[in-house]
Amino acid sequence: MAEIQAETRGRLASLADSDLWHSFKGSPVTIASALVALLLVLGALLAPVVAPHNPFDLASLDIMAANLPPVWAEGGDPAYPLGTDDQGRDVLSAILYGARISLLVGFASVLLSILIGVSLGLVSGYVGGRLDAVIMRVADVQLSFPAILIALLIDGAARGLLPRDLHESLALYVLVFAIGFSGWVQYARTVRGATMVESRKEYVQAAQIIGIGPATILRRHILPNVMGPVLVIATIHLAIAIITEATLSFLGVGVPPTSPSLGTLIRFGNEYLFSGQWWISIFPGVVLVLLVLSVNLLGDWLRDALNPRLR
Amino acid sequence: MISFVLQRVLQSVLVILAVALIAFSLFRYVGDPINAMVGQDTTLQQREELKERLGLNDPFVVQYGRFVANAAQGEFGISYRHRRPVSELLAERLPATLELSIVSMVLALALGIPMGVYTALRRDGALAKSFMTMSLVGVSLPTFLIGILLILVFGVILRWLPTFGRGEVVDLGWWSTGLLTRSGLAALIMPAITLALFQMTLIMRLVRAEMLEVLRADFIKFCRARGLPSRLVNFRHALRNTLVPVITITGLQLGSIIAFSIITESVFQWPGMGLLFIQAIGTVDIPVMAAYLCLIALFFVLINLIVDLLYFAVDPRLRVRRGRA
Repeated sequence: MAEIQAETRGRLASLADSDLWHSFKGSPVTIASALVALLLVLGALLAPVVAPHNPFDLASLDIMAANLPPVWAEGGDPAYPLGTDDQGRDVLSAILYGARISLLVGFASVLLSILIGVSLGLVSGYVGGRLDAVIMRVADVQLSFPAILIALLIDGAARGLLPRDLHESLALYVLVFAIGFSGWVQYARTVRGATMVESRKEYVQAAQIIGIGPATILRRHILPNVMGPVLVIATIHLAIAIITEATLSFLGVGVPPTSPSLGTLIRFGNEYLFSGQWWISIFPGVVLVLLVLSVNLLGDWLRDALNPRLR
Repeated sequence: MISFVLQRVLQSVLVILAVALIAFSLFRYVGDPINAMVGQDTTLQQREELKERLGLNDPFVVQYGRFVANAAQGEFGISYRHRRPVSELLAERLPATLELSIVSMVLALALGIPMGVYTALRRDGALAKSFMTMSLVGVSLPTFLIGILLILVFGVILRWLPTFGRGEVVDLGWWSTGLLTRSGLAALIMPAITLALFQMTLIMRLVRAEMLEVLRADFIKFCRARGLPSRLVNFRHALRNTLVPVITITGLQLGSIIAFSIITESVFQWPGMGLLFIQAIGTVDIPVMAAYLCLIALFFVLINLIVDLLYFAVDPRLRVRRGRA
């Protein structure tokens, strides 16, 4: 796997020298969204360092500082730039820590989708025949159901199967599995098509003739040549995965309340919307939209830049 | 043609049976149905007797067959939480979900198609560009967040619209409708917009893309060369040829509207099937989950089947190709 990554990275590096970098430089929207995404990812990664408070440290919570509005509103406190919730938790810090969970779940489930989808797509496209027919039928059926419904079901089933305390500790993994499993079809379809094209080319035939096994051919020869479109799907899928995670958490079936993501924060804040504390839910919402929008824009750009037909 | 229809119907039945198998496995293996029915002081022997009487000792296939037979008659057992037959619970909430979904779909179509046509015809216009930007934001806004924003603006700040529930409903036989009362209509506005927005952006982008494609086609150039007025070319010839894929996607989206209504219903506490389902997941109410799963699968498969057949009927090229193969 490491070799393959090195190879794709090598391809990326050579791309970056040429067209990709130029089209990046020429598009202000793309640069802006890359900056926003970078800022959010850095903020989330460095949350323990940059966050003004630790929302999980109960000792540091000050009940006297509860329900403070943002700093620019009347009664705001500069120590809490985006205000506080009903327990005196700093909204900005909660967002930084929450974005961490959202991104973690998003990236992990996209990786899982890629793992399942690319492997099934490779096998399906290379082996063909009945196996291919079965895999593609299953993909068709799954594609006709919205991903969020499948994720909800997997989550619901896991809730019933696992004892309550075990479920609490495994909730993050269950969530990643639910979102990851609901998104593999697109990868499988794309990779299958590309694999069918690649496996008829001479270099694959040559490899077959000198007696290299199918597993090695798939991994070393075909995989690097079908990863381009996967990268594009993955970017757009990341945005979808983040939205799905937020939605499930908002519905109360996502991450456990002990590690709140952006969706959980919005869920908590939603209860205070009617009493006028809008900042508890709206700021995490704004960050979520910024994150998804910037990733979406980057994905759009990547798709156009990597697609030779559109040039 | 007939073999194609039969093949599709057979496929649909297989999908339904597969979903029923998942639902049945949930039923049978997630949690112990006996535990859910008896008290703490029941002896092991009594449990065994109950198990025998309920047929839980029968082979898996027999039990599954019984489940499918019952499900086909709309019988899904009794909800663990509500202590009422699941079929009753679902029937009560079906009208709320269907009304919300259909109103949203109509709204999405009524706004999405004209916006799509407009953005295709005036590609570089300022309004068209702003529609496209808005649609990108619309795709990036999670459904529940749209709902919350609407509640904040129109419910909390302006106090124009109710923020939860269905308002007053009128019973027409077993169907309870909120479309006939003022409060019912007012309560419908925000959930319908929330649910419609994503579909609207999707339809708009689709119509625009298809329209641009068709406008490049030879027969459109020919129409223009003949000197037909551009209104006629745009709407009689181009739009018509655009609508075939739009119909397909719209049909398929009806299914996902029903799925996304889970979120909308949960934001607005709309008393529909989605809310029932999300509560069932929270309380591990397996019979409700299983029944909802089967019902949704039935909806999806039926919609897919109808769309496939419609496509077949609308596009003559498909018939020819199938006939030759």
